[in-house]
Amino acid sequence: MSAQPTAAAPAPTAGLARRLWASPVLRKNLGAAAGLFAVFILFTILLAITRGLSFADPDNLETILRQTTIVALAALGATIVIVSGGIDLSVGAIIALCTVVIAALLRAGAPPALAALGGLAAGLACGALNGLLVTRLRVVPFIVTLGTMLLVRGVAKGLAHDQKIDAPQSWLNELLSRLPASRAWLLFPPGVWLLFLLAFAVGGLLVYTRLGRHVFAVGSNEQAARLCGIPVARVKLAVYILGGFFAGAAGLMQFSRLTVGDPTGANGLELNVIAAVVIGGGSLSGGEGSVAGALIGALIMQTLQSGCSQMGWPNWVQEIVTGAIIVAAVALDRFRHRSS
Amino acid sequence: MAEGVTTLAPRLEMRGVRKRFGATQALGGVDLSVSAGEVHALLGQNGAGKSTLMKVLSGAERPDAGEMKLDGAPYAPSDPQAARRAGVAMIYQELSLAPHLTVAENILLGVEPARGGPLGLLDRATMRDRAARALAELQHPGIRTSTVVGTLPIAAQQIVEIARAVAVGCRVLVLDEPTSSLARADAEAMFALVSRLRAQGHAIVYITHFIEEAKRLADRFTVLRDGQTVGGGPMATATVPEIVDLMVGRRVEQLYPRGARTRGEALLEVTDLAGAPKPTRASFTLHRGEVLGIAGLVGAGRTELLRALAGLDPVVAGRVKLGTVTGPTTPGARWAQGMALVSEDRKGEGLALGLSVADNLTLSKLPAIVRPRERRPLTERWIKRLGVRCQGPDQPIGELSGGNQQKIAIARLLHHGVDVLLLDEPTRGIDVASKAQIYDLIDGLVTREAPPKAVLMVSSYLPELLGVCDRIAVMCRGRLGPARPASEWTEAALVHEAALGSDSEAA
Repeated sequence: MSAQPTAAAPAPTAGLARRLWASPVLRKNLGAAAGLFAVFILFTILLAITRGLSFADPDNLETILRQTTIVALAALGATIVIVSGGIDLSVGAIIALCTVVIAALLRAGAPPALAALGGLAAGLACGALNGLLVTRLRVVPFIVTLGTMLLVRGVAKGLAHDQKIDAPQSWLNELLSRLPASRAWLLFPPGVWLLFLLAFAVGGLLVYTRLGRHVFAVGSNEQAARLCGIPVARVKLAVYILGGFFAGAAGLMQFSRLTVGDPTGANGLELNVIAAVVIGGGSLSGGEGSVAGALIGALIMQTLQSGCSQMGWPNWVQEIVTGAIIVAAVALDRFRHRSS
Repeated sequence: MAEGVTTLAPRLEMRGVRKRFGATQALGGVDLSVSAGEVHALLGQNGAGKSTLMKVLSGAERPDAGEMKLDGAPYAPSDPQAARRAGVAMIYQELSLAPHLTVAENILLGVEPARGGPLGLLDRATMRDRAARALAELQHPGIRTSTVVGTLPIAAQQIVEIARAVAVGCRVLVLDEPTSSLARADAEAMFALVSRLRAQGHAIVYITHFIEEAKRLADRFTVLRDGQTVGGGPMATATVPEIVDLMVGRRVEQLYPRGARTRGEALLEVTDLAGAPKPTRASFTLHRGEVLGIAGLVGAGRTELLRALAGLDPVVAGRVKLGTVTGPTTPGARWAQGMALVSEDRKGEGLALGLSVADNLTLSKLPAIVRPRERRPLTERWIKRLGVRCQGPDQPIGELSGGNQQKIAIARLLHHGVDVLLLDEPTRGIDVASKAQIYDLIDGLVTREAPPKAVLMVSSYLPELLGVCDRIAVMCRGRLGPARPASEWTEAALVHEAALGSDSEAA
């Protein structure tokens, strides 16, 4: 995709186009957005030809959006972590723990809001644990979070006595479900709105706050950050706490979808989350990544999955396609980097 | 392969070797001739072309012109492996051992004896024997072949690396500053080893800054300056001042603007500062309105001194008084107290190359909420003031030239408003035009600012120190000599003191 410099458009439109074009957010994510567009068009055509289905149907779009929300929420936190040059492998386990905590609290008679807060707090606590281990023990994040992945998963299973926890019906179950006709004016279910809100918050945090710029600096060159007097350890601690919080938020949505506390759920989800960030231009060596990119990355993966299943392709085809897309997206990105 | 000493052709001969990197002529005609059973000292200041010459010898770089011969046969290695096969072994300052492997495994790395058969099983007994024999040949049988190399002290690691070269039968051994990281006693052992290797008929190129070492060890010497061979001959008849004159060569150019400087109050007082492991002792006072220079060889401990002052490395002993502040500190606290460092390593430490000009400029002093609308004009003002050539505040700084990157690195300190600037090799790797601008900038800091700043500057380029600084002190093996007015120094005196140390103790 490239700009059309030939267009002799009237001045105001051209000015706006130029400003949009100059906007770094748009330019940086152009490749990923084009990828999403391509995947979408591909399935629209395939489905229309082979099965006469409309992929671009608003209902279908809403479904994709709802299904993306869990991975996307966790990807917000993972974006921060990956921009800082770290990695968090414990995301799936934290999500499972959160569903267990929420279900247990509800079953114990807690009001739904309190149960939700409890789930978020569990996520925060896990993030703080990751952050403390990374900064205090100076063990690389990959190993620390590999450890806490097992540790948190174990805690979740222990809390739930190795089985699913049923929870009484509450409004938490409707956070991600299709809107009833009476509340169609909301356009999207509350969980999707929450995703939008938090995405703006994290985007703003990364670009417009001191903490955000420090996260980029630490990820881009930790030595330079230290030279500039940035409290590197405190920044990293904050990064993992935020990562835990967003895993908690994803856990809340996971609970809403499952309506039970499942200590074995969300297994391996962290890899989807990391893939979303990386497809969206995040660099595992740090210093690069954006919220918009991560959201697009999550959407690409969900669109692929939706498209494949609507095509009636078996699961193994989906997996092969998704794997290939991850590698292709990152290879393309590197290629673009080198040529510029 | 120590026989064949009777042949008349020198073991290694280089004639008219040239190498150009872009606009810089790194080697402009080097002649060097080394015979079997000879230790040949290669002398020259930092940047004289010694490391480029090594790269050419080792096959890492192809020369643009000139010829090289090994035992009379043309020698043109296509890569470092080819050079090794031809028998040219390099022992760099940065040792190239695998720290997790044993001594025997390292000595025979790449030439491991294997028993026959499809599995290629290692013949461990033969490995041990050959490694032990190589070490015994160097008269260091005390190093056990089963020891993991990473656990050995540096001096022993160096022996292992030399043993590796000897074990594969090298014809020319190039030693790059072999004693720079060694303590005195270990250095003596190294001298003895080099003498033994000579007696065994090896041809040895001994690269060093230390004229005293060269004088003691070498049979002949060659001096490089600005990429050219400017002199050489038998060591016995050369005097130290003669060699220093050859190394220094020319006079200071008029490249350095100098406004009227008036020394103000003391801003930074350092007393008997020691770090781990360097510096060992450093004392000086830095005043407002002056540029204090620190000369010395690479590895003397100058960078470590600046890092300790900036709070990046721990202070082991001694006292640092900045304004009214003393006691332990952190990099962040130092910025707040008004002192900060421009690193010699722009890529590794100085700048976050992936981030924008604006990010790098403001990193130390960001408001809680960053407003691009305020930050952009602010960055543009600094870009204009220092004449930085770039597309704008949002351009990744890695895309700028070295000189323009450096201007932003210095501007970061000015934007923060520090009083004391620690500049480590501020003109390393940048073009002449940017150098002149940076000299003018430094001069402006101590003359045109109100109140004037104080600058502590480390440099290996002596004309620059003499041209920019008010006073200069020399660091030698971790020890800082007394600071004397720049007018009392000559390049020869700086080279002499850097290589031999100060006669008098720090005042």
